[in-house]
Amino acid sequence: MLTKRIIPCLDVKNGRVVKGINFVNLRDAGDPVEAGEAYSREGADELVFLDITATSDARATVADMVRRVAQRVFIPFTVGGGIRTVEDMKAILREGADKVSVNSAALLNPQLIADGAETFGSQCIVLAVDAKRRSCHRDGTPITGENGDVWTKDDGWTVYRSGGRIDTGLDALEWVRKAVGLGAGEILLTSMDADGTKAGYDLALTRAVADEVPVPVIASGGAGTKEHFYEALTEGHADAALAASLFHYRELTIREVKEYLKDSGIPVRL
Amino acid sequence: MTAIIDYDAGNVRSVLNAMKSLGEEAVLTSDPEEILGADHVIIPGEGAFGMAMEKIRQRRLEEVILEVAASGTPFLGICIGQQLLFDASEESPGVKGLGILHGTCRKIKEGEGRKIPEIGWNDLSYPNPGRLFRGIPEHSFVYFVHSYYACPDDLSIVTAANEYGGTLTASVEKDNVFACQFHPEKSAEVGRKILSNFLEVSKC
Repeated sequence: MLTKRIIPCLDVKNGRVVKGINFVNLRDAGDPVEAGEAYSREGADELVFLDITATSDARATVADMVRRVAQRVFIPFTVGGGIRTVEDMKAILREGADKVSVNSAALLNPQLIADGAETFGSQCIVLAVDAKRRSCHRDGTPITGENGDVWTKDDGWTVYRSGGRIDTGLDALEWVRKAVGLGAGEILLTSMDADGTKAGYDLALTRAVADEVPVPVIASGGAGTKEHFYEALTEGHADAALAASLFHYRELTIREVKEYLKDSGIPVRL
Repeated sequence: MTAIIDYDAGNVRSVLNAMKSLGEEAVLTSDPEEILGADHVIIPGEGAFGMAMEKIRQRRLEEVILEVAASGTPFLGICIGQQLLFDASEESPGVKGLGILHGTCRKIKEGEGRKIPEIGWNDLSYPNPGRLFRGIPEHSFVYFVHSYYACPDDLSIVTAANEYGGTLTASVEKDNVFACQFHPEKSAEVGRKILSNFLEVSKC
């Protein structure tokens, strides 16, 4: 039976692992190769490396990191951050990464998804989406938060780009539908509302996206307990769940999460 | 020495890395002499059937591959490298495969909540004994990424299967020809054991 995946995400900057809490306050947490090996031993199903250096002169550093990771880590890994062109994708994939994720560049140029999928196959192209609950109703009136005028899932989610700094105005469900139509093979979905809170994944968002597209969805943002993973994979309809600091600071281990999931009847690889 | 056939397929570096980490001397090559002189040959891959066959033919590697398969040298196809061994695929109608094994490749059946491609770790059952799986318990997990799967005419060559909208061919073995739909090079310790089992097969 195909299992649900548990994926640690490693933010990297200048070839070193760091962790951004809510996209700021970075802390150094080591060598990506060592970290990748450790997570692989512990039972991680995949790894995601997110390069937050994301300047064009950092490409060689990323390629070097990918090469070193691929020499020693024998589980699939995705690399994202600052990928703007098919050439950028190629530089990473040819060093041994299994997938690349695109976010801002795909929003600015959706054709990048199609070109990447055409060149390398959809299975290589992960669309990373940073989504946030809308602050306005669909008719444009602001949600005041008063007298019962609160966000509901009918108000939906908006897509942000550039590390969550720029509101694109795009509806999250429309965007993922379009991107999958262009060839995105997987969605890495981060809830900006939930990210860093440890209060659980945004299950409504995760489920809405997972039900919208026929490709696997990786839930991201908000994991704080084992139960949160269970919820994302059941109620949230996600195929995989990702977490970062929770794993990096050993608040939970991947094995603990997977054992809990297995005991709860979720198919996992142990 | 293991020759990994270079035909500009995706992610071949991982196969090279995995072989090297097992202490095997391995080269990525499209040189016929080097391929024909190797103790083991691997055809890796990722991508579409038609495109892969086109690249193989452009590089004049088809005859070389057929010669290796006929020579008794242990030969391993991985992922699209398994599908290419067959006659044809629904993915690329009209494109002839290598035809080393007989049968066609079909698309995974769509169904309620079933996502295509199958991406992730699935467990193996063993319809027939296979040398690649020596010492690996049934229901061990390996990593798959695929939308199509091989349907051999002769089911006795199927040595491993996985369940995904039906029973799919995960691995085949016929004489010196082996193949895996999954990626042993990305399947952690289980995958490494499969690759080391392959290296233990000698020319027949």
